[in-house]
Amino acid sequence: MVATLERPSPEHRINTETEIGSAIVMSRVIEPAAIVEHVSKVFIQRPLFRRGAVKEVRAVDDVSFAVGRNEIFGILGANGSGKSTLIRMLSTLLIPDSGRVEVFGYDVRRDEAQVKRLINRVSVEASFFKKLSPGENLAYALRLYGRSGPAVRTETYAVLERLGIARDKVSEPLEQLSRGMQQKVAIARALLTSPVLLQLDEPTTGLDPRSKLDVQGFVRELRHGHDATILLCTHDMAEAEALCDRVAILEKGKLVALDTVDGLKRRFGAEMGMRDPSLEEIFIHLTGRSLAEDTEDDNE
Amino acid sequence: MNQSLGPAQRTLPGAGIWWETRASLAFVERNLYLVRRYWHLELAFLIFNVASAMSVLYIGEAQMQSGGGTGEGRFDLVLYLGIGTVVWAYLRAVFSNVGEMVAWERWEGTIEYTMMAPISRLAHMLGVSLFSIVYGLIRSALLLGVLALFFSVDLSNANLGGAAVILLVGSISFLGFGIMAAVLPLLFPERGEEMTFVISSILLLVSGVYYPISVLPDWMEPLATISPATYVLEGMRAALLDGTPTMALGPSILPISILGVVTLPIGIAIFGWGERYAKRTGRLKRSG
Repeated sequence: MVATLERPSPEHRINTETEIGSAIVMSRVIEPAAIVEHVSKVFIQRPLFRRGAVKEVRAVDDVSFAVGRNEIFGILGANGSGKSTLIRMLSTLLIPDSGRVEVFGYDVRRDEAQVKRLINRVSVEASFFKKLSPGENLAYALRLYGRSGPAVRTETYAVLERLGIARDKVSEPLEQLSRGMQQKVAIARALLTSPVLLQLDEPTTGLDPRSKLDVQGFVRELRHGHDATILLCTHDMAEAEALCDRVAILEKGKLVALDTVDGLKRRFGAEMGMRDPSLEEIFIHLTGRSLAEDTEDDNE
Repeated sequence: MNQSLGPAQRTLPGAGIWWETRASLAFVERNLYLVRRYWHLELAFLIFNVASAMSVLYIGEAQMQSGGGTGEGRFDLVLYLGIGTVVWAYLRAVFSNVGEMVAWERWEGTIEYTMMAPISRLAHMLGVSLFSIVYGLIRSALLLGVLALFFSVDLSNANLGGAAVILLVGSISFLGFGIMAAVLPLLFPERGEEMTFVISSILLLVSGVYYPISVLPDWMEPLATISPATYVLEGMRAALLDGTPTMALGPSILPISILGVVTLPIGIAIFGWGERYAKRTGRLKRSG
């Protein structure tokens, strides 16, 4: 593979005056890292070997947006809103029913192998071999990305240490570590593969405040130090406000708002009759519910 | 993090045969770690295998002592059963390791990460298959070693080279069957693993592991002809019991070669189809 990605000029990348649900969203992003254009995904639940009603769930419904290179792009939505489905499509784990999904110009369906070399993902559940240690899990994951050897081991220890995982924990089975520590190992796994598009699906859920700040610091460092683009799905409005350049709000599979946090406040403040509404208030205004009212949805 | 990445450009990780081969070793390394961590389970399964095999061989001993044959015949029955148990232990280990490659990862919750990694599915299967063969050989060698302590085995007339050829060629078709079975947990997240278990049980029943297939009901015998284990066991017994020269093992080598050539690419193609189906329908998602 010989393709290279040139870094954009400093003045890049995003004109923040955005519109919703149209190609204009794309045209405003000068150098897109990811393009989602008129994408839909429907899940059909059909009982196996049994008669019963076929259930159709429209998880993503004609969604369009573009993520600028080096941007931290937030996706807010309740469970069942379609955000994890979107992340999975961008991760090559789901094939869209219609529309176009591209990562740095590569189509996730046609150029799956190239896309995989550019991305990584941290999901809400730290998915590891629980009996294996952080060191063993990371050695496995890194070898899959073509990285192995003593230098990589040293680098692994350094990253884990910076995430607050002591050397003596590196060889303990992961199941003996706290949820917060497991999530930090998941973040280390993604960082160590140097993705140019990192997809974080509620990465700080369940972490203590200190760990949350550590992770948020790493996200910023990854963007500034490693030219990464970050796609962040979160329930945490403060986190979205602190980290994201722009925020997209999804509701029942549809994109209902996309702008900077300030832009959203300007636009919807007047509509809501408030001078400086919080992101949470805007979310409730647009979706009719707060994230605290979230319910589980199997298709997310 | 790759500290060498400068601000000016970033080169995509490479691909190619050498890169893929090295990456495929991740599965060997990971499974070795898992065997080490689950050593108590490995030990328990080994003891179970040894006890089961010894029980079967003692049935053979008892049969002979109750007048089931001559002295020479008695020895043959024990060796006949011994070959069956050891060869089946090997083939079962190869089949299970490959067949469970998806089920295991689904259970651990890592399947999406493995499927998202920049490694071709062929290299993925190569890594899993390599480990399966090495693991199967070690397990079977340990089983053989223990059995040799309890039962006198005379292999002075055996064609060990021919037996090795049979086992090697037979492994390929078992890998093909294993890859086909591995697709089941992709298609049926909740029941796929059980289906894999059923397939290996049927192979055990129809392949003549402990008895000649001629004792099977007529309707069951055709199943034996499509099981690679049938030909592996026939060939192994011919090589080890009768000392049949390698060149004369053609009647066993030919069908398992054909089965290998047919099942391996079909298995890979079916797996590819299954993966695409799972990605269309959202069945890759973590479960369990």
